[in-house]
Amino acid sequence: MQLWLIPILPLAGFLINGIFGRRFSKGMVNAIAIGSVVFSFAWVLKTLLALDLGHTYTERYFTWIQSGALQINAEFAVDRLTAIMLLVVTGVGSLIHIYSIGYMAHEGGYYRFFAYLNLFMFFMLTLVLAANYLVLFVGWEGVGLCSYLLIGFYFDKKFATDAGNKAFIVNRIGDFGFSLAVFLIVRNFGTLDFHGVFAQASGASEATLTTIGLLLMVGACGKSAQIPLYVWLPDAMAGPTPVSALIHAATMVTAGVYMTSRSWPILTHAPAAMETIAVIGVATAFFAATIGLAQNDIKKVFAYSTVSQLGYMFLGVGCGAFSAGIYHLMTHAFFKALLFLGSGSVIHALSGEQDLRHMGGLRKKTPWTFATMMCAAVAIAGVPPFAGFFSKDAILIAAYAHAPWMYWLGTLTAGMTAFYVFRAMFLAFFGEYRGHEHPHESPPVMLIPLAILALLSLAGGFLFRVPAFLSSFFPAQEVPENPALMGVSIFAGLFGIFLAWVMYVAKPGMADSFADSVKGLYTLVYNKYFVDEIYGAAVVTPVVEGSRAALWKGVDVAIIDGAANGIGSTASGVGGVLRLLQSGSIRSYATWVLLGSVVVILGIEFAGGVR
Amino acid sequence: MNLLTAVLFLPLAGFLIALLIPRSAAQASRVWALAVSLVTFVASLGLLAYFNRSLAGPQFTVDIPWIPTPDIHFHIAADGVSLWLALLSTFLTPICALISWRAVQKSVKEFYAFLLLLEFGLIGVFLAQDLFLFYVFWEVSLVPMYFLIGIWGHERRIYAAVKFFLFTMAGSVLMLAAIIFLYTRAGTFSYPELIDMLASGRLTFAPGEQMLLFLAFFVAFAIKVPLFPVHTWLPDAHVEAPTAGSIMLASVMLKMGTFGILHYCVPLFPAAARACAPWIATLAIVGIVYGALVALVQPNMKKLVAYSSVSHLGFVVLGIFSFTQFGMDGAVYQMLNHGISTGALFAIVGLLYERRHSLEIKDYGGVATVAPWLSIAFLITTLASIGLPMLNNFVGEFLVLQGAAIANFSWAIWAALGVIFSACYMLWLYQRVFYGEAGQEVRAHIPDLNFREWAAIIPLLAMMVWMGVYSQSFLPPVGKTTARVLEQSQVNVPYQVRNAPAHRASPGALTARLAGPLPLASATGTTEVARAR
Repeated sequence: MQLWLIPILPLAGFLINGIFGRRFSKGMVNAIAIGSVVFSFAWVLKTLLALDLGHTYTERYFTWIQSGALQINAEFAVDRLTAIMLLVVTGVGSLIHIYSIGYMAHEGGYYRFFAYLNLFMFFMLTLVLAANYLVLFVGWEGVGLCSYLLIGFYFDKKFATDAGNKAFIVNRIGDFGFSLAVFLIVRNFGTLDFHGVFAQASGASEATLTTIGLLLMVGACGKSAQIPLYVWLPDAMAGPTPVSALIHAATMVTAGVYMTSRSWPILTHAPAAMETIAVIGVATAFFAATIGLAQNDIKKVFAYSTVSQLGYMFLGVGCGAFSAGIYHLMTHAFFKALLFLGSGSVIHALSGEQDLRHMGGLRKKTPWTFATMMCAAVAIAGVPPFAGFFSKDAILIAAYAHAPWMYWLGTLTAGMTAFYVFRAMFLAFFGEYRGHEHPHESPPVMLIPLAILALLSLAGGFLFRVPAFLSSFFPAQEVPENPALMGVSIFAGLFGIFLAWVMYVAKPGMADSFADSVKGLYTLVYNKYFVDEIYGAAVVTPVVEGSRAALWKGVDVAIIDGAANGIGSTASGVGGVLRLLQSGSIRSYATWVLLGSVVVILGIEFAGGVR
Repeated sequence: MNLLTAVLFLPLAGFLIALLIPRSAAQASRVWALAVSLVTFVASLGLLAYFNRSLAGPQFTVDIPWIPTPDIHFHIAADGVSLWLALLSTFLTPICALISWRAVQKSVKEFYAFLLLLEFGLIGVFLAQDLFLFYVFWEVSLVPMYFLIGIWGHERRIYAAVKFFLFTMAGSVLMLAAIIFLYTRAGTFSYPELIDMLASGRLTFAPGEQMLLFLAFFVAFAIKVPLFPVHTWLPDAHVEAPTAGSIMLASVMLKMGTFGILHYCVPLFPAAARACAPWIATLAIVGIVYGALVALVQPNMKKLVAYSSVSHLGFVVLGIFSFTQFGMDGAVYQMLNHGISTGALFAIVGLLYERRHSLEIKDYGGVATVAPWLSIAFLITTLASIGLPMLNNFVGEFLVLQGAAIANFSWAIWAALGVIFSACYMLWLYQRVFYGEAGQEVRAHIPDLNFREWAAIIPLLAMMVWMGVYSQSFLPPVGKTTARVLEQSQVNVPYQVRNAPAHRASPGALTARLAGPLPLASATGTTEVARAR
């Protein structure tokens, strides 16, 4: 089926635009970049239609690494889970590529942007097509690289390159866990192929599987921005907005959810690891949502929202509702990509303004952006029958079956989600315009992707029944229907919307007076609980300053060099061995050689080796 | 006389003829050195073509009596490890010649002559099969490097050259003594013969004797590697050395140490090597983390790269002393990877120095704006250096860490920290030098790469990708040789592995199968070495 064509097309686009793009016209760059991704999407469709997805279809290309008994192949595979990921990545990816034509039209480094975006597609598709953990790791690290490059796209801005470094390094901390998991897998199973590992998983001890599961989770926490490694994602918004939509909302950040779901045969035998994933997921969902309540930068609101929604997916995986997690991954890709692209359209309309306090009344100036974003807002708020309702509900019901407190916390978070999304919507689109720009609607090349995503946000939930599609893939899970629970979570969402409407439309002064009345708490939340500052003081500064003062100036210069120089000057008396040698005298060199040899030979004889 | 001899002596012949070129004809010296090194490289590719990949032992053997008493032979050969290291030398020498084209304007004739002499010494070290001959090459390579640093270096070059010379000599002396002692015990300098005698039991060492011999060799090699805590000569030598000196020093000369450990210490003194493994692995891990942390805070680019070498070479030593097939394969691969990627780092830093005349990071910033291609070349090298998959270092680091994880999982945990820190120091360096707004000086003085510089850099970048994507071109001969080393490291081991209690975290038979031909020697087992006799 030539699966390799799927990632290779964007790679070719990257190479052509990356090397020759500087001399190309914008039209040429567009044709190559968008053409390669759209063809890739078409090839995905063709492949999936031709394949029987009942079992895994694998293609092996060459041996990548071979050492001793371990052989790691460059190998791709397609099954039902991969099929969903392929469609989301190439489908949403194509739309965002098209949107970028309009968004990036006036930016410098046009060809560079599209080259990086194509490179990202290559690595992301490698990640989801991988048939073993190490090829998956290629994509895993590769998307991290592209994320780094695109966050720091405006590389003359220090905050952008700082954010890029932060993203790469925090992800590296996660990858530390991932790579240790890989080493343990080889140590215990002797292979990294998914089918080989999973076939043996049920025979391994629970302690081993739990350790592997927890280490994989650490990797997933880095990539999917979960506590305590979520800190890079909000900063990642320094990149151009299409990047936020594609990489930091729809695709790359869901890689952790994909990878843990893919590893279900390990996790289902490691209940402690599953429990940890669920707790981290629900805690992240709640924690990030509280921060999202008080942010004034429109992209920051959606960034924390992404962290929070990824927490839901983790919760689903941790409760054993893998298909619900993947379901939410897909619907989230639709509505969160739309929210980001929509806010990009707003930012574009306001010539770069991102502060909600300087927006307002935009629904008249940018009606299409408003209408499409509204579709995404109702979808994420969990209003039936839109996309987010189905997937979030599936997760919450599974959470109730697992542990009721997780359900209640998740539902509370759902209410907060509806509140902060509609808060942003009301602040941006309702009331009077508070800024000084001349807002204008975006061109059709940006609006058409928005419209398609709006349709998907509205109808994606009941059009694509992911749990049914994946029912044969994941282990069956008995979750009783529970209309009452469904009613509660719907009510939470609607109440959140209502509250936002009261505070930001009906009685606009209410929000500020409320913030004043809980000033301490508001300051804490507004400053994101000072987590970045705590990490800086507890980790970054001690490492840097300790390395400088204790290791470099201390151990290296003072102790080791001090000792070496001390020996030198002691041995040489006044003039020093240094000067003798510096004179280039061969005789003194020979003397040293001879003397040393004698000493050592005597030493060896003395040690009793001689017979 | 065969192809191997030709590869070895071409640079020497080139050196001797280079001495005849008149001092006024500087360009002729450059062209001559480039031509000779290119011919040598092509000849070494011939070696690769004729190398039989299905054999584990030495090939292209030439054995000619040289000095009758003591019985010293001119005895050279190449196995799956030394072949690659010799190729690394022949690959990098023309690149050094190109990189130095404009940078070296003083005593051009001598510079290029020494470069060829250095190549001769380095190739000889990897090919020698006679311990005395090995020692001769070891010292021969030292001399041109001493002069390259001492004459063409920067301000504190004399201090750095002497420090380099003293540290290395301190080790060499011990090694020479050990070689002479070995001769008195075995009656031969021949490496294959020694291996045979050990395998057949005709030569055995008392435990204390073996330990001292091992340490005498090991200290010499460890200084060269350099292993923490005898690494402090390296940053000084690198900072002061000219670009070509830094490249040859980091890329090839340091490998003399790791090659020596793999080729001499482990097969000749296996029991002592295994007994010391936990200690040496600990030093290697300290070096990995320590080197990375100290690199993080360096204000000087070359020093930063030098400390990163301490960290990378720690991986090599760790891999060897994991005593697993993975670890050793990874260690050898990492030697080659480090040669390519750190060579490229030094080359590009050298190009920056040529333009801006500073190695201080704070004098840069915004280079990506004025020299985008140079920046991309450095970015790819950076990514290779921090172990991004599909570039070369990843394969080596993966195998080393996998080997360490099988030997002792906590080693892998600590060593993997180095992978995190490598991203920190390299990305921070990249940000400060290449990103940000370009200042006046940077705008005025930093043009992009020219054709000659491209010609030097492109082969390095191509190798990074090739070695990262298709390691099968390189690994199979390495695996054959390391499997043999592992086998040899089982002979003459006085303690019995089967009596040793199973390793704490060992999952049993599978680990043993992955570890290599024979069950893994665990830390608990090695303590019995001293008591065994």
